[in-house]
Amino acid sequence: MTEKGYSGILIFAEQKNNKIHKAAYELLGKGKSLAERLKCSLNAVILGTDEINTEELIYRGADIVYHIADREIFNKPLEVIYEENIVKLINDIKPEICLFGATTFGRSLAPRVAAALETGLTADCTDLKIDDDMKLLQIRPAFSENILAHIKSDTLPQIATVRYKEFEEAKRDVKRTGKIIRVEPVNSGSNTIEILEELQNENINIADSQVIVAAGASIKTADDLNMIKELAQLLGGEVGASRALVETGIISKEHQVGYSGSRVKPKIYIACGISGAPQHLAGMKEADIIIAINNDPSAPIFNFADYSIVGDIYKIIPNMIYAIKNGK
Amino acid sequence: MKIIVLVKQVPDMEKVRFDREKGRIDRSSAGTEINPFDLNALETALQIGEKTNAHITALSMGPPQAEDALRESIARGAHEGILLTDARFGGSDVKATSSILAAAIKKIGEYDLIIAGIQTVDGDTGQVGPETAGHLGIPHISNAEKIVNCSKKSIEVVSSVWESLYLKRSTYPLLITVTKDVNVPRLPSFKNKMTARKAEIIKWSYEDLKNLLNEEKIGAKGSPTKVKRIEVPPVWKREGILYKDSDEKAISDILSLLKDSRIIKEAIE
Repeated sequence: MTEKGYSGILIFAEQKNNKIHKAAYELLGKGKSLAERLKCSLNAVILGTDEINTEELIYRGADIVYHIADREIFNKPLEVIYEENIVKLINDIKPEICLFGATTFGRSLAPRVAAALETGLTADCTDLKIDDDMKLLQIRPAFSENILAHIKSDTLPQIATVRYKEFEEAKRDVKRTGKIIRVEPVNSGSNTIEILEELQNENINIADSQVIVAAGASIKTADDLNMIKELAQLLGGEVGASRALVETGIISKEHQVGYSGSRVKPKIYIACGISGAPQHLAGMKEADIIIAINNDPSAPIFNFADYSIVGDIYKIIPNMIYAIKNGK
Repeated sequence: MKIIVLVKQVPDMEKVRFDREKGRIDRSSAGTEINPFDLNALETALQIGEKTNAHITALSMGPPQAEDALRESIARGAHEGILLTDARFGGSDVKATSSILAAAIKKIGEYDLIIAGIQTVDGDTGQVGPETAGHLGIPHISNAEKIVNCSKKSIEVVSSVWESLYLKRSTYPLLITVTKDVNVPRLPSFKNKMTARKAEIIKWSYEDLKNLLNEEKIGAKGSPTKVKRIEVPPVWKREGILYKDSDEKAISDILSLLKDSRIIKEAIE
């Protein structure tokens, strides 16, 4: 316990349509090692309906799950309503550390929570440690990933958003037990935002794919993209794209990999005709295996690939598809 | 209708050199520019302004030379520029920065809409916009990709959040953050450039905000998050196998890899 009576770690478990976001399991995975070092409890807060399988958070390592239960209001991404409920809980239970996944919603919500609590916030951390003084050491890249800053907060709770896909998910143990505490929601009525509709989108989440076949601007037409799609499909993967290709309009932004697109960490990443701008590399360098195909032998991507193939994608990819289909 | 656009002057990240030994960027190695996402924020304000006849204020915090960013904002169509500049503001983190911006916005007093870029290219936290809304106690909509409708009373935007797109509507006061997809920023016009050259940039120091801002909570001293150490990660590189004029060997090696990693089975039926 800290000198001000704050103790324990609280992670925010994001959910949508009663499904828990995997970022919550990653936070529990990392949170566990922090809690062991601090000898404190690891707790989770989830906001939503009774249809959410809150036990799952216990199987994944939570000691107490605070379930702020409501039939409706948490089914929409409304930061103000989430904020006031989370702030109230934090004021009641006083955790010394609060972690949010750095998802679009987490990054929109955490700053409001930090403002309301008048405490510090570190964004988009890629690592967390407990320092010798038992404070949270928050490590984040800055200046286009050129440096890693090690940051500490003077105020409590110490709040950070944590980059998705950075930590291992906590292992599932169905024998684990814990406590689920139902909490009544509050709604002060200060939210002025209405959700008119969720717009139909392709609902592609390339971040979760094990295989990504990505194309760059050397793809000139939608027709050319077909071989990329076919290869991705054969490998049970998704199609990724460089920013340059997305800007041509041939493929939608949900497919963009990189600094301003998705960060991905697949088992295999096949970069087809992508030169390897730093902005693209920032989004895929964590892939287990990188295969690059490019006709320019000096393309920077070759410095970062496990398999560097100098050649024409229009020959190599169809041949690769043929070889996969025929098993040789 | 009154719109405030948050603008930051940043180093030109495409050209700036990085001093790996000192672990910091060499700010003298490149010029400065308006944070690219803030240009989208300004363009959003200009387009809304055309429909609602809004008055547009560009607001920035930074060293005295950040005046250039405000002059450029006027050249692009903003009506006035306010620079928050004071040595005591230096070294502010997200909380201190957003507290200072919120105090300045309170001093401006009347406003309907605040628009910010989704993030800056140097600090890269993407947190100052939403946290400013938090300090002001007003709602915000983040990651606006499209402004669908706007009037003097309310606005409808498409927000990219929760792994989807949501059409959201709100009355004012409101803060929105915008992505690069929301529009293509216009260039400064000749006429506005003339105006910008002569425009007087309003400068506020801590003294001007002291009734709204606690001195203990600004600058490096008042920032709860402190950078304890800078680590320069090793240059990341992989020593891979290079295939040149050997497509067949490459394909057969990759096929083996795909089989070994169980991505594909021996043969696809």
